[in-house]
Amino acid sequence: MSRIIVITSGKGGVGKTTTSAALSMGLAQRGHRTVVIDFDVGLRNLDLIMGCERRVVYDFVNVINHEANLNQALIRDKRCDNLYVLPASQTRDKEALTKEGVGRVLDELSQSYEFIVCDSPAGIEHGATMAMYYADDAVVVTNPEVSSVRDSDRMLGILASKSRRAETNAEPIRELLLLTRYDPPRVETGEMLSVKDVQDILSLDLLGIIPESKAVLTASNAGVPVILDRESDAGQAYSDAVSRYLGEEVPHRFMTAEKKGFFNRLFRG
Amino acid sequence: MGLLDYFRNSRPDGTANVAKERLQILVAHDRAERHRPSYLPKLQREILEVIRKYVDVDMSAVSVNYEQEESHEVLEFNIILPDTVRHVV
Ligand SMILES: Nc1ncnc2c1ncn2[C@@H]1O[C@H](COP(=O)(O)OP(=O)(O)OP(=O)(O)O)[C@@H](O)[C@H]1O
Ligand SMILES: [Mg+2]
Repeated sequence: MSRIIVITSGKGGVGKTTTSAALSMGLAQRGHRTVVIDFDVGLRNLDLIMGCERRVVYDFVNVINHEANLNQALIRDKRCDNLYVLPASQTRDKEALTKEGVGRVLDELSQSYEFIVCDSPAGIEHGATMAMYYADDAVVVTNPEVSSVRDSDRMLGILASKSRRAETNAEPIRELLLLTRYDPPRVETGEMLSVKDVQDILSLDLLGIIPESKAVLTASNAGVPVILDRESDAGQAYSDAVSRYLGEEVPHRFMTAEKKGFFNRLFRG
Repeated sequence: MGLLDYFRNSRPDGTANVAKERLQILVAHDRAERHRPSYLPKLQREILEVIRKYVDVDMSAVSVNYEQEESHEVLEFNIILPDTVRHVV
């Protein structure tokens, strides 16, 4: 039984690729055979975040067009034997991802992988709809910010009406909220939407809260999914999210600012 | 940071409240729009054609309102008739 998970958002630059890399690595490290696919045709980045950009020979579009088979295109992660990356093509036009082609590749992958993680491009156009069409689960990556929340809501509308599950009247896609780039001190001063604010609007199951973190840039500089940085707040938050995805009950962390000094404690009561 | 800042910070009075209120309105509007049946524009055109057989009105005189209530949907047509109703036929 394999599960197809789309990492989606509508709005660009909110942390989908960072999340795809972290969650797929986390699932693989816990012993699940996992493949992560870059759907961002023309703007491939996942290979960079995964640190395998120099090993790309064939890509997703080559496989769809029968120019290469899956085994030629899949890149095995050097740190974790259970993890494979299917890179996006750099140059082809976006229409190269056809519904039939994507369906065929996902079908073949589901023979041998437990989890298929689809890193969606931004927007609600062709690439994004291809990434979500076959999904069983959707991780809706949202920043605590007006345009991101609005776009997430639009994406929920698309998941509920344009996916395979919607079109075949199957059980709806399981939708999970991942709130990223969360900055508790700014929430506490009322400058930033809180988890509760976002939940009041989107009302989804909360997969996790990923704090705004310097570790994310450091990790992407090195081509190491941030979940491997076990010391970091973001790494730990992603690790908790993987546990929750797998059904464990883990309390949410990184929701409140660390209390800093004596005066802070005194006046906050 | 002075003492005053600590007091100020203890009660959120930033712009997040404004953001939330705006979002609630916007998202409610988006959702209503999503649930409008896709046949509405065509329905509006065809109804207008029928009305035009009897009354001389144009597109802007017809407004269509679609609302979802708890147990049913309301489809409301508002047609502004010209002052003196002329028979076309
Ligand atoms: N928790 C975080 N803390 C700090 N920076 C972050 C965090 N998450 C993501 N970023 C930064 O935000 C930027 C965008 O991240 P990412 O590429 O993962 O977003 P994306 O949603 O995949 O973007 P696109 O829509 O272009 O595909 C990157 O520079 C990344 O380092
Ligand atoms: Mg991306």
